[in-house]
Amino acid sequence: MAKIKFKLNNKEIEIDENPNLRLLDVLRDKFEFTGVKEGCGEGECGACAVLINNDIVNSCIVPLGNVNGKEIMTIEGYSETKKYDVIKDAYAEEGAVQCGFCTPGMIIASESLLNKNPHPTEEEIRVGLSGNLCRCTGYNMIVKAVKSAAKKGDGLW
Amino acid sequence: MKDITTSVLKIDNEEKSKGSAIYVSDITIPGMYYAKTVRSTISKGKIQKITLPEMPENYTIVDYKDIPGKNIVRIIFEDQKIFAEDEVTYYGEPIMLVVGPDKLIIEELVKQIKIEYIEETPVFEYVNSAINYNFKKGDAKSAFENADKVIKYDYVTGYQEQLYIEPQGMVVDIEGDKVTLTGSLQCPYYVKNAVLSALDAKDSEVRVIQAVVGGAFGGKEEFPSLTTTQLAVAAKKIGKPIKMIYEREEDMEVTTKRHPSKINMEAAISKDKEILAFRANVGLDAGANIGLSGVVLSRALIACTGAYTIDDIEVNGDVFLTNTVPNGAYRGFGAPQMLFAVEMFMHHIAKEIDCDPLKLRLRYLSKQGDATSTQGTFNDPIIMNDMIKKAMKESDYKAKKIKYAKEDVYKGIGMSWFLHGCGFTGSGESTHINALVKLRKDKNDKVHILIAAVDMGQGIRTTMMKIVSQVLDIPLEQTVYDLPNTDLVPDSGPTVASRTIMIVGGLVARAAKQLKENWTPGEELTVSERYKQPEYIKWDEDNFVGDAYPAYSWGVNIVEVEVCPVTYQVTLQHVWSVYDVGKAIDERIIMGQADGGIMQGIGYGYLEVMNSKDGRIQQKNVTDYIIPTSVDSPPLDTYLMDNPYPLGPYGAKGAGELTLVGGAPAVALAIEEAIGKKIHKIPVTPEYIMELMKNGKN
Repeated sequence: MAKIKFKLNNKEIEIDENPNLRLLDVLRDKFEFTGVKEGCGEGECGACAVLINNDIVNSCIVPLGNVNGKEIMTIEGYSETKKYDVIKDAYAEEGAVQCGFCTPGMIIASESLLNKNPHPTEEEIRVGLSGNLCRCTGYNMIVKAVKSAAKKGDGLW
Repeated sequence: MKDITTSVLKIDNEEKSKGSAIYVSDITIPGMYYAKTVRSTISKGKIQKITLPEMPENYTIVDYKDIPGKNIVRIIFEDQKIFAEDEVTYYGEPIMLVVGPDKLIIEELVKQIKIEYIEETPVFEYVNSAINYNFKKGDAKSAFENADKVIKYDYVTGYQEQLYIEPQGMVVDIEGDKVTLTGSLQCPYYVKNAVLSALDAKDSEVRVIQAVVGGAFGGKEEFPSLTTTQLAVAAKKIGKPIKMIYEREEDMEVTTKRHPSKINMEAAISKDKEILAFRANVGLDAGANIGLSGVVLSRALIACTGAYTIDDIEVNGDVFLTNTVPNGAYRGFGAPQMLFAVEMFMHHIAKEIDCDPLKLRLRYLSKQGDATSTQGTFNDPIIMNDMIKKAMKESDYKAKKIKYAKEDVYKGIGMSWFLHGCGFTGSGESTHINALVKLRKDKNDKVHILIAAVDMGQGIRTTMMKIVSQVLDIPLEQTVYDLPNTDLVPDSGPTVASRTIMIVGGLVARAAKQLKENWTPGEELTVSERYKQPEYIKWDEDNFVGDAYPAYSWGVNIVEVEVCPVTYQVTLQHVWSVYDVGKAIDERIIMGQADGGIMQGIGYGYLEVMNSKDGRIQQKNVTDYIIPTSVDSPPLDTYLMDNPYPLGPYGAKGAGELTLVGGAPAVALAIEEAIGKKIHKIPVTPEYIMELMKNGKN
């Protein structure tokens, strides 16, 4: 057990927990976040992606101890923002959501990309999303959604 | 009124985007226990002795002795056990569950259980036939006797894993005699019937509820019937709610996959270079039990001439049992294997008789009124000529074909033509399923769609609501389609076989018309419709004679690739698709099906490698089983043709599987052209290309 302090969705958190727990399990079990999902459990599929200090990270391979002093943003917090609204509307309009299991992670990846590169080319979008697997869409509608979000949300990022 | 094809926003976008949609792994019930499966660690043998560790309080094992009813997963062919008894037939076969309140302690207990076996020699080859089907059309025998030339080719296809991003999972709850199963599944009534049989329970004692499903593609068709029966038996034994979610590794090792196949094709050719007859011999590797393999084989055999009409054919197929993980449903259901073989074979025939493949294929392309492979009739208009023209124009196919053939560029363009029978094979809809749908108008004039169809991402909730709102001319918001619960909805059949829009949607549209005719504002009313087989459809199941499907969807895929001359890595350049799905109920939803389907089909053709070594699946995660990423996926251009089917809702036919089945031959033909060597096997990996470059034939 160890005292671990971090910011979660803009809220200060201090917990006494086993620092070896996977961040994914803590977010799901302790904070009851359903938007952070387990797809592969080894950092490959991106369904559990969160932002840690604005960088996209797969929470299934992060020990809780590693987030001490850091800022975590999950889809639950991110969905309160204006940028999220632009992205999710673009996802809906382009048909980028099918089964939805990859979607929150995909949206986090979209934010991470646009945050670093507000006007990405198609190739940059494809590379930016390549850490997130989707089996339903063939990705094209997601790529189009990110392109459209970058345009409609111009100035937000 | 708006054209129904005009897209609307899907009803579940919001909850899925922000992560509030409840998938099975998100469900918790107070006091809930967890379960993990203890599995066979050998491929074949007798269980000699099981040594259990001392079980802590509240931890228990559940095995076949606890099953109140039959130790059989009741689906179609009843040969799969819920738990192994005294023998095991594949590595990973479930023997028992360990159930208790803490997942880590369960893991420890599973490790401590010792099982001793008397090992037997497992079978991994195609030798043990459990099902043989064969049929004929015309007189292939004399055609082969009189042939000027007989051309023979063998084709091989590998496993394919569905790789839904959400692994399999199920939760069971128990209150008194009532067992409720909630999970990631495609077929609520398959699960209910399997659990009723396992528990020997009364109809009212079992309820199945769909959780939001994170992708399925056939992988959650019959497999959930196994996990739910196990959990239901466990819940009956200990009286607690239990949750079992597979980790990816377990999911990939033990759940059903697409059947590997071996297909031998023979063509009788006349002096005038005409195809007189076909012979096809198909072997499917079923794994350790039959399950749905017989039905998969039927669909493969019926597709033996693909989009072509060949008058004289002889078809033979076997389901082979091997001591490996059982294979089962996967989008396409036997057709992807066969269509790969047929499309390659047509090209290989063309090469052998020195004929332009396009001309040869056009000569045999099926037309309205032609006899199908099973002596039925293509009753509805076939618009493949227009579709082929469209695809060739959009892709600049002819010019590219000439250019790539002349230059030594390692570039290629390939085109596949295909059809997909919509709905259950043969008279399955009337004899096995007999779908019933209901619509209930409440006092507030909201219309509740009561069907068992599962939205697993394909957008069926939105589509059905659209059909009802369009027929009744009411806003979409005035319709309600909750996730199916077998206590509330009738059995409208499983969500499989590209049947849901065409069959269930057709019934829903008819029920909506009934409701419209009897509509009184503010009054409750429930209407129902049951499936009736159209009279012109005749099917003789024993002899494979007649109309195998009520309708067919058609497609053309063109894939352009570049092959690296050094590493033989294949890069997809562009994909063009043209589909006839009758009428799209929602254009954007169908386009989404098209994109996802073709990428699974192409992935099957060139990228997705799964194999079994000594009876064990070698790829256990997404690090070693590679599916396309956003970088692998090229631009996908899709065009939909209107060709309304009179009996479908607004003219709609099946769409979900059609978009997958042509992907593998299209990419394989593109690679064949790029490297100038004949391809006989998928996936076409760099290793296989290297082998072909050394020893392959032009």
